[in-house]
Amino acid sequence: MRFIFKTKYSQDINIAKHNGDRFWYSLLILIMVALPLVLDDFYLGEISYICILSIAGIGLMILSGYTGLASLGHAAFLGVGAYTHAFLLTNEIPFYASIPIVIIVSFLVGAAIGIPILRLTGMYLAIATLALGFIAEHVFIKWEHFTGGNRGLPVPQPEFLGMSFYDSVFFYYVCLVFLIAAMFAAINILRSPTGRAFVAIRDSEIAAQSLGVNLGLYKALSFAISGAFTGLAGALLAHYIGYLAPDIFNIFLSLTLLLLIVVGGMGSLHGTVFGAIFVGFLPQLIAICRDYLPSSIGSQPGLEPMLFGLILVFFILYEPLGIYGRWMKIKLFFELFPTYKRQTFKKQKVFTKSDRV
Amino acid sequence: MQLIQLLIDGIASGCIYGLVALGFVLIYKATETINFAQGDILMLGAFVAYSLIGILGMDYLTGFALTVLIIAVFGFFLDAVVVRQIIGQPAFATVMLTIGLGFIFRGFASIYWGTDIFSFSTPFSGKITEFSGLIISYVNLSIIVGTAVLMSALYFFFTFSKIGVAMRASSENQLAAYYMGIPVKFIFSLIWSISAGVAAVAGVLLAPITLVDTSISLIGLKAFAAAVLGGFGSIPGAIVGGIIIGIVEQLCGTYENYLFEGVREISAYLVLILTLIIYPRGLFSDKAEVKKV
Repeated sequence: MRFIFKTKYSQDINIAKHNGDRFWYSLLILIMVALPLVLDDFYLGEISYICILSIAGIGLMILSGYTGLASLGHAAFLGVGAYTHAFLLTNEIPFYASIPIVIIVSFLVGAAIGIPILRLTGMYLAIATLALGFIAEHVFIKWEHFTGGNRGLPVPQPEFLGMSFYDSVFFYYVCLVFLIAAMFAAINILRSPTGRAFVAIRDSEIAAQSLGVNLGLYKALSFAISGAFTGLAGALLAHYIGYLAPDIFNIFLSLTLLLLIVVGGMGSLHGTVFGAIFVGFLPQLIAICRDYLPSSIGSQPGLEPMLFGLILVFFILYEPLGIYGRWMKIKLFFELFPTYKRQTFKKQKVFTKSDRV
Repeated sequence: MQLIQLLIDGIASGCIYGLVALGFVLIYKATETINFAQGDILMLGAFVAYSLIGILGMDYLTGFALTVLIIAVFGFFLDAVVVRQIIGQPAFATVMLTIGLGFIFRGFASIYWGTDIFSFSTPFSGKITEFSGLIISYVNLSIIVGTAVLMSALYFFFTFSKIGVAMRASSENQLAAYYMGIPVKFIFSLIWSISAGVAAVAGVLLAPITLVDTSISLIGLKAFAAAVLGGFGSIPGAIVGGIIIGIVEQLCGTYENYLFEGVREISAYLVLILTLIIYPRGLFSDKAEVKKV
């Protein structure tokens, strides 16, 4: 068991809590940088996709995991990011200028959507974002001048730093750099007063309000920041897919993002990466399941949503803290060995809380 | 004349939205959770009816009654076994749980029944009646009459029967109901079973119009608009909201040229967003007021 002896207040907000952290995370980054030496193009593509999913997951995690606001229409932000990026690139705006514009546009869209609907709480917000997701999908279909409608929109793959996005090694590095940058940005937002306000709102709106947190402002800000991260992921996703069609950004993608953060572990940035790895490899997992099941069931197209639902229900009921929560338990088991008590993580008995006044 | 014709079609489809919304409202009033799988339960109802009437060749009314019974029992155990476990968790958990359940139902339906589009014969299919120039199909008539009958049955149930009063008591104040000796957990499961049964009724009534396939579960999403418009927590509000949504959709579809292209498909969602922004309490809200920041 490691005890951190704190001698300064600033130690509480250090990014790395101790030297062990520094060592392991540096090692992880080194391994990630060295990966193209050992892996072939297919796996690099998969890992790039996981990086993109992680960035989108960070966006949704800030909103749902840290501010406690559910969004069932987050694919809309991916769509906004992807279409804006493709539109800008088509109009000969260079990559390094397009990305900041995408981030700003998604931030503004998030704020514009956030301000009117954030007077709503809980379920109403979930329903409203669900409806907005549908409306956004519809806008992508109908606004043909901008999105190409159902015909779709090819994404230009420009040169950047003298390299092409068709090169999977280069694309992998781009995604990796953006993931690390997004992770640092998210960590820094979350240890700033803004992030603390988000967590306060999640844990108790009344307590946050009485401590002087402006609920409306911070909820809108959370929505906007979340939109910015997800929009960035959308821009990268546009490169990954190569050809945008409106039905990519449907409700199923929104729910996949939710599955990502639930499986990864609500309220932890580690969880976004774990969740992204899980969601990224889910299709392969399902393909493996198909092989083992009897062919009458295995060949059915309904298997995918069914497994999707089963995983979601399983995690909500039995492991609400997700993969990261399980990881914490295993870690604690070894740290406290042999005195680990199962009761440490026992679910507390809770009663229905009423939203009614 | 054309307008009245549109209104009748709108009311018929609105009744379906209203019935699904009624399911949301019953569960929300009692347990403050929203069942995002309501549309999928409707779909299951339609499929079970297809199995009983279309495949086993049962009489329409017997099949109808048996379907509602099966789905109601299913709804009871859905709450007793699964949903009850997460009482007291944040709203987010219930939302995710019921969405996950919806996916399971849809996946199950497409594995068990297949992804084809099915239909079964009803006494109403293909028959119309003319009434001073208006053309009313029997199917629409059956939906409107069915909704009216169900609503009055529910009204009498909640007003006069002992269990109905116990249900109202449990949704007013759980703790007080507990102290009065009402088996609140059992009552909640019963409410789930009623709302599943109502969804099954909607599914069977809807089956002749949309036919039976897994995509009809999307009706559940439009029914949210009905429930929100009616004030989430009011039973008459759900039906009135549903009828308004149905009429708005019909009107938007007909006058699409004057508005913008594709307005019909998103009109329900637009109404939903506008209601939430402008008047989030809804038309018929009682005490269950939306908290404002």
